[in-house]
Amino acid sequence: MSDDRLLEVRDLKVEFHTRDGVVKALNGVSYGVDAGETLAVLGESGSGKSVTAQAIMGILDMPPGRIAGGEILFQGQDLLTLGREERRRIRGPRMAMIFQDALSSLNPVLSVGWQLGEMFRVHRGASRQEAKARAVELMERVRIPAARQRVNDYPHEFSGGMRQRIMIAMALALEPDLIIADEPTTALDVTVQAQVMELLADLQREYRMGLILITHDLGVVADVADRIAVMYAGRIVENAPVKELYATPAHPYTQGLLDSIPRLDQKGSELYAIRGLPPNLLRIPDGCPFHPRCPRVRDVCRTELPPLYAVSPEVTTDPGAEADAAGADAAGSDAVGSDAVGPDAVSPDAAPLAGADVTEVPAVGERSSACHFWKETLDDVHRHSS
Amino acid sequence: MPEPSRPDTPFEAQGAAVAEAVSSTPDPGKARSLSSDAWHDLRRNPIFVISALLILFLVVISIWPSLIATRDPLYCQLGRSLDGPAPGHWFGFDTQGCDVYTRTVYGARASIAVGVCATLGVALVGAVVGGLAGFFGGFWDALLSRTTDVFFAIPLVLGAIVFLSMIKLTGIWPVVLVIAALGWPQIARITRGAVITAKQNDYVQAARALGAGNSRLLLRHILPNAVAPVIVMATIMLGTFIALEATLSFLGVGLRPPTVSWGVDISAASDGMQFRNAPHILLYPAAALSLCVLAFIMMGDAVRDALDPKLR
Repeated sequence: MSDDRLLEVRDLKVEFHTRDGVVKALNGVSYGVDAGETLAVLGESGSGKSVTAQAIMGILDMPPGRIAGGEILFQGQDLLTLGREERRRIRGPRMAMIFQDALSSLNPVLSVGWQLGEMFRVHRGASRQEAKARAVELMERVRIPAARQRVNDYPHEFSGGMRQRIMIAMALALEPDLIIADEPTTALDVTVQAQVMELLADLQREYRMGLILITHDLGVVADVADRIAVMYAGRIVENAPVKELYATPAHPYTQGLLDSIPRLDQKGSELYAIRGLPPNLLRIPDGCPFHPRCPRVRDVCRTELPPLYAVSPEVTTDPGAEADAAGADAAGSDAVGSDAVGPDAVSPDAAPLAGADVTEVPAVGERSSACHFWKETLDDVHRHSS
Repeated sequence: MPEPSRPDTPFEAQGAAVAEAVSSTPDPGKARSLSSDAWHDLRRNPIFVISALLILFLVVISIWPSLIATRDPLYCQLGRSLDGPAPGHWFGFDTQGCDVYTRTVYGARASIAVGVCATLGVALVGAVVGGLAGFFGGFWDALLSRTTDVFFAIPLVLGAIVFLSMIKLTGIWPVVLVIAALGWPQIARITRGAVITAKQNDYVQAARALGAGNSRLLLRHILPNAVAPVIVMATIMLGTFIALEATLSFLGVGLRPPTVSWGVDISAASDGMQFRNAPHILLYPAAALSLCVLAFIMMGDAVRDALDPKLR
């Protein structure tokens, strides 16, 4: 697996120096993507998803921003040690990025053919005519109808979906190894979202690229992602294969995110929302940054920052927990009530900070959760589903 | 939608065929860019049409004045000094007995040459300083912007008088250089603002993320999107520079005889006595100057209306 490791971000820290103080946008982010894999990065606005992407691409605005620590290994090479020009040469041929708002990501004064062809002229030294021919091909690849007639059109003459597809074509032009898509479908309407996502996934599979999909749309993620990294306050709080994360979230925040998806089969019932707001990054709370909003908060959460615990699958078959769950069911207590008392209902022998298995640092690709009570969270999910 | 037959190299496979197809079907050019959009608007704007025709006329006669004035502007008959209009001499004669019509026509050359050259110089210096300050920001912005402020604080006319009275050279170049050296701060400020605005656009970030270097970002992606306000300002400034040349010549520090220019003629005619006896020698060059300045300022207005989408 690690031979295949395309990108590995280790303990990345980024801060912005503003008039109000130092904004700690990233506080030790670690995640990895393999070739051909899709990693979805989830999180609320301001959780640091885009900043991580910009740091990887090397397009962070550096006067206010500063990389305070960590490393970004791309194909075994630490990007943060490279010079400006070397990093520029990586952008385009080896990694590329798709932006959220396709409507404003294309230069309005240049024709789309010119902009697509620019990739070949800059990075491959292609002639104007050759570049235009390649631009037509690319437009056909991303299913723009009548591409040949439309190469010389300007961005405002295309629909939003088409513009996003042109943006995708531009990012894929040189067949990079890594694509970062920063909320590629948020600015599009729902019918077009699926088309664009499908196209992106198809092309990604075809070229065996690593894809980092930044989004807050949980619906998009389920279909296309292999793994999910959930971010909160500039930190990864949970990292898991997509199915496991949906089935058994091991962090209360992930649980809250999943619960807040509106569901058709529960029409009429009130929509769930995680109470409170994301923390101000100027003043991140002590301990677990999620504790002011966490339904299962305990004293230790207020003082001690939870490290990333490796989540082992055995826990889910822990006999004690199952017995506990069975006992609760047998007692006939109503499920909502036991949920409300949450962690206190869990047997005290599952004390979080004890035991050697939780102190070891998980490998970057491993399933992990940054919650002191990840076991209880998992158990709780199991009790719910059983 | 054609599916690739060979997924490993789909781009290579279709390359040749597509290249052929593109070269054989020339695009009819139905696409409308910002500039063609602006042109579309301008053609329908009477203010633009009038000012453009006037400017065209002035430019043509400043290049080939003999087209409409067959006499020599320096051929003067002192005996006819201050004579009024006469057959073949519709504008009369000035103090030296030179033909006012001929001198007014020939005066366009110096005035427009100074205006155009000074504007080009100002636009060049201002765009470079403002563009670099806006693009790089931080230290360079502070340095260049403060330098701009220093120059901005020098009054244009006063500075020009001081410099021109110190140097002993004559001709249009000293005037052009002085105006260019003192007039650029306004363009620099406008360019800086426009570049900062354009820099924040997503497509600039996108171009950077796809590996465009600084010079490509600045020249291809930012400047074309920042140039509109600079063009507008430069057009309006062109008119004011022509007026400035006349002002300096009137004050005796700009162009000097034997150079023929409107400013020189206005200066020569501005004696109060002469104006009462022979007002035509002041009125004709002054009217020509006003018309020329008006034409450029009207043109600047019309161009601004066409290039600024917010005013639509």
